Amino acid sequence: MSVARKITIGISIIVFFLLQVSVFSHLHLGGIVPNLMILLVSVYGFIHGERYGIVIGFFCGLLIDLFYGDFIGLNALICTFLGYLNGQFYGMFFAEDIRLPLWLILGSDMTYGVTVYILRFLLRGKLDFWYYLSRVILPEMLYTILAGILIYPLILRIYKAFEEARDRSDIGRA
Amino acid sequence: MSPIVKQKGEKFTIPGKYLLLIFTLICLVLMMITYGTTVFDKAMSGAAGAVVVPFEKGVARIGEWLGNRKEEFRTVEDLLEENAELKAQVDQLTEENTILNQEKYELNQLRSLMQLSDEYDSYNKVGARVIAGDSDNWFTSFIIDKGSNDGLDVDMNVIAGGGLVGIITKVEPNWSRVKCIISDGCNVSGQILSTGDTLIVSGDLELMETGHIRFSRLSETAQEASVGDKIVTSQISDKYLPGLLIGYVNSIDWDNNNLTKSGELTPVVDFQHLSVVLVITDRKQEIEEK
Repeated sequence: MSVARKITIGISIIVFFLLQVSVFSHLHLGGIVPNLMILLVSVYGFIHGERYGIVIGFFCGLLIDLFYGDFIGLNALICTFLGYLNGQFYGMFFAEDIRLPLWLILGSDMTYGVTVYILRFLLRGKLDFWYYLSRVILPEMLYTILAGILIYPLILRIYKAFEEARDRSDIGRA
Repeated sequence: MSPIVKQKGEKFTIPGKYLLLIFTLICLVLMMITYGTTVFDKAMSGAAGAVVVPFEKGVARIGEWLGNRKEEFRTVEDLLEENAELKAQVDQLTEENTILNQEKYELNQLRSLMQLSDEYDSYNKVGARVIAGDSDNWFTSFIIDKGSNDGLDVDMNVIAGGGLVGIITKVEPNWSRVKCIISDGCNVSGQILSTGDTLIVSGDLELMETGHIRFSRLSETAQEASVGDKIVTSQISDKYLPGLLIGYVNSIDWDNNNLTKSGELTPVVDFQHLSVVLVITDRKQEIEEK
């Protein structure tokens, strides 16, 4: 992966973080905001493979932890695993197919929601899982997938542009 | 990425599973270190803050503008209804105001007699702008654009619209994080203003959509509190300054033990539309030391 590509990914993480906390927090629907960081970790996980998924997930989670975590590492750990799990679908990914990405984003956001519920609510004795599922987890999934339908083609376009640039330079070298 | 290119990349060859293990260990170590101490905290979030916060200030303006446009979609009927309600409220408040003015006059006289100063006014306050909301839907906190450079510190109380918003839980040179009192797991020691009985106000995600907060462990002595009574922060809290308005009693019921009461209160602060807040730069511990 070229340096320019890594920098682009780094910038996109910061831009999505800013969008998440500064823009979408005003555009909430019924008090729910989409989870763009999970969307990004998921998408980069399956289009770049498990190793990049792990590294990107770690940094996305770390960014959330630094600003919002009571201690550092929990979000980083969850996102690292999500990046790894999405990376398992690297081989099944085709740029033309939109169904697999959307299912993966949904699955990732659900995993994140359930994990946060178990670690930070269930362990404090808040047992009403159905309430949290219907009030927070499912609406967040729905909103995230809507954001995903808009944002995924954008990420894909950047991905294709870099692929074409690399193919051209490969041909030039050969 | 074709398999041929993957073989060519020699420098990045740790298998995924080991990489996952390494990063998991890093996360666990970070968690263990930062759970109790703030060693890494300063350096890492300082660096992140230097990169992100300047952008955040600009982007927050855009977000606020978009949020305002969204508000404009509210129908005219809603606004008319609200207008009628507000007019009725203005009449009521004017009446109350005259009574209060009379009482204030009396109070000032009595105060000068007793040589007491008005504590609420004497707190030093700093205004700050909210530059970022929350990153997820589970907890309620936000980021403000002032930090230790402006004299802010952890445990300072934050107010807006005449009521308690929350408390600063993290301070960096150019930003701070405020944890709201409606956030799940946040507890504030309060008291009913009219009777002086103490209670615990606890944020709860399950109540958040109704706009209320739960309170519990109200042990009443002689007088009974009723719906509409003011709840303020109590004297015995170790972090919250006394006498800050939290909200009004919305419902109240006996607990199963028949000794204490609990219920819900309506906060005075509109947590959905916070854009500017006031930070009280006096901390409870310091005031008591003086």
